[in-house]
Amino acid sequence: MFEKIRSDFWYELLNSPVTVVSSFIILMMVIGCTAAPIFAPHTPFDPATISIMDNNLPPVWEAGSDPRFLLGTDLQGRDVLSAMLYGGRISLLVGLGAVALSVVIGMAVGLFAGYFGGMTDAVLMRIAEIQFAFPPILIALLFNGILKATLPADIFSQAAVPIMILAIGLAGWVQFARIVRASVLVQRGQDYVTACQAIGLPTFSIILRHITPNILGPVLVLAMLQIAVAIVTEATLSFLGLGTPLTEPSLGALIQIGSQYLFSGVWWVVIFPGTMLLVMVVAFNLVADWVRDYLNPRLR
Amino acid sequence: MYFLITRLLQATIVMLCVALVGFLVFQFVGDPVLSLVGQETSVEDRDALRESLGLNDPIFVQYFRYVTNAVQGDFGISYSFNRDVSEMIADRLPATIELVLLSGVLSLMLAIPAGIYTGIRRKGGLAQTIMALSVIGVSVPSFLLGILLILVFSVWLNWLPSFGRGDTATVLVFDSSLFTWDGLRHALMPAAVLCLFQLGVILRLIRAEMLEVLRTDYIRFAWARGLPGKRVYLRHALKNTLVPVVTAIGLQLSSLFAFSIITERVFQWPGMGSLLLHAIGQSDIPLLAAYLIFVGLVFTISNLVVDAIYVLIDPRIRHGVR
Repeated sequence: MFEKIRSDFWYELLNSPVTVVSSFIILMMVIGCTAAPIFAPHTPFDPATISIMDNNLPPVWEAGSDPRFLLGTDLQGRDVLSAMLYGGRISLLVGLGAVALSVVIGMAVGLFAGYFGGMTDAVLMRIAEIQFAFPPILIALLFNGILKATLPADIFSQAAVPIMILAIGLAGWVQFARIVRASVLVQRGQDYVTACQAIGLPTFSIILRHITPNILGPVLVLAMLQIAVAIVTEATLSFLGLGTPLTEPSLGALIQIGSQYLFSGVWWVVIFPGTMLLVMVVAFNLVADWVRDYLNPRLR
Repeated sequence: MYFLITRLLQATIVMLCVALVGFLVFQFVGDPVLSLVGQETSVEDRDALRESLGLNDPIFVQYFRYVTNAVQGDFGISYSFNRDVSEMIADRLPATIELVLLSGVLSLMLAIPAGIYTGIRRKGGLAQTIMALSVIGVSVPSFLLGILLILVFSVWLNWLPSFGRGDTATVLVFDSSLFTWDGLRHALMPAAVLCLFQLGVILRLIRAEMLEVLRTDYIRFAWARGLPGKRVYLRHALKNTLVPVVTAIGLQLSSLFAFSIITERVFQWPGMGSLLLHAIGQSDIPLLAAYLIFVGLVFTISNLVVDAIYVLIDPRIRHGVR
């Protein structure tokens, strides 16, 4: 994969200010969210540190605000900025985890189906085709919903993050399987694969050591695009009340909490997490677009 | 014909699998006897009930019975509403269908002309603006868009109602809110939210296809023959973009059903999606299973229709040429 980083990498990157800014934003968000306990001015979900007296304070530039709370507080007196950092951490974790799971499943299925062909290929790809007909968000929603309805409430809320990674990951593998299979079909006909077979390398090592490195480009592009999709899916599930519990809300759950108080004029509990979610998604999409153009041989 | 028969077979298998998932959810959750009887019921009575409910039968017999009932539209009684599940779905269905139809029609009416236009005038200012807007339409999560619309049009401007379906009126047999002014006002924002994502996707697809087709030789020959622009664009070019576009529209139509869950939640629209979320919240398994099967059916049928349209519009498939 690292031989893909060509000498023109920095040149091309710096030629696209939008990508530089987006990457910078992503970097800031990743640092800010993973180190949320350090950066966050408050511990929003520790009942000992929040005071109901501080509830519904507007952001600092509005009248009646409190300088301790930069972006205001919600109905229970939690600091919105801190809640966003902690929530963003969950969103990023689920987004990245779900895509990693999709990549693993999709690559395994795609490599297997593409290399061996025949019956294996037909069966695996038929399954993929059937799943492809259903929108991933619906699959994740139903998977999550069925587990929520059947598991006891306390187990579900404790395991909410792994369950969401599982739901979104399982909903998204098909695209990876299809793209990997298509690339493997191309690679399998190449001379270097025939050569590997001729010198008697074990099939396992032909697939992993020789074919896999050659198909990582499209997988990388798709993975970048899918991170944004996974983050939106997570936010949507949490917004619908299927994802993270309200004691440990992700960005989507924060927006849901805020949306209940829209009519009382408390707009900041919705707008700030919403903006963060939007900026995060758009930044990932823009970087993914750049990676796609960069790796596209036709544009070189 | 062969093509359609294999598709039909495949669809049947898919439906059986979906029904299996629905059935397994039942199996997975608790003991139905416990939820039916009181504490004083004796062990013998419980066993008798178990036998009469057929719970002692082999599992595939139970599955077969479940499928047979489902085919006849019998999905059991909802736990939380104590009503017939199929009746409840029938109650909620019109609300979802009107939302899906309104936004589907809206998005096609906007996407097709806009897609053709941006495909033809690729560099124009208006085309660039449309494309930039479509990126936003695709990126903004639909629940966030819904909340923003409520904030602007209901809270700040106070122009539109933010929840519910409004008044309905019956025309022929359909009881829909699309036939009253109040209902339309209620439907406007949900439909717009639902429409925007589809709009972006279809618009970009049509544009890409148009760009592809406009480069081909037969279009240049059409120009060389001196045909008027309208004829070249609409008769020659658009016709050949249709196959992928029809697929996309079919898929999008079914994903409208999926996204209506989110939109219905945001705007508290009393449709199928709200029903599903209620079922999940209340662990109402019969309702959940019925929804699962129903959505599976909608998807399978829309895919079949798309396949059938393929055969109609693409002679290569009709004559088995690949």
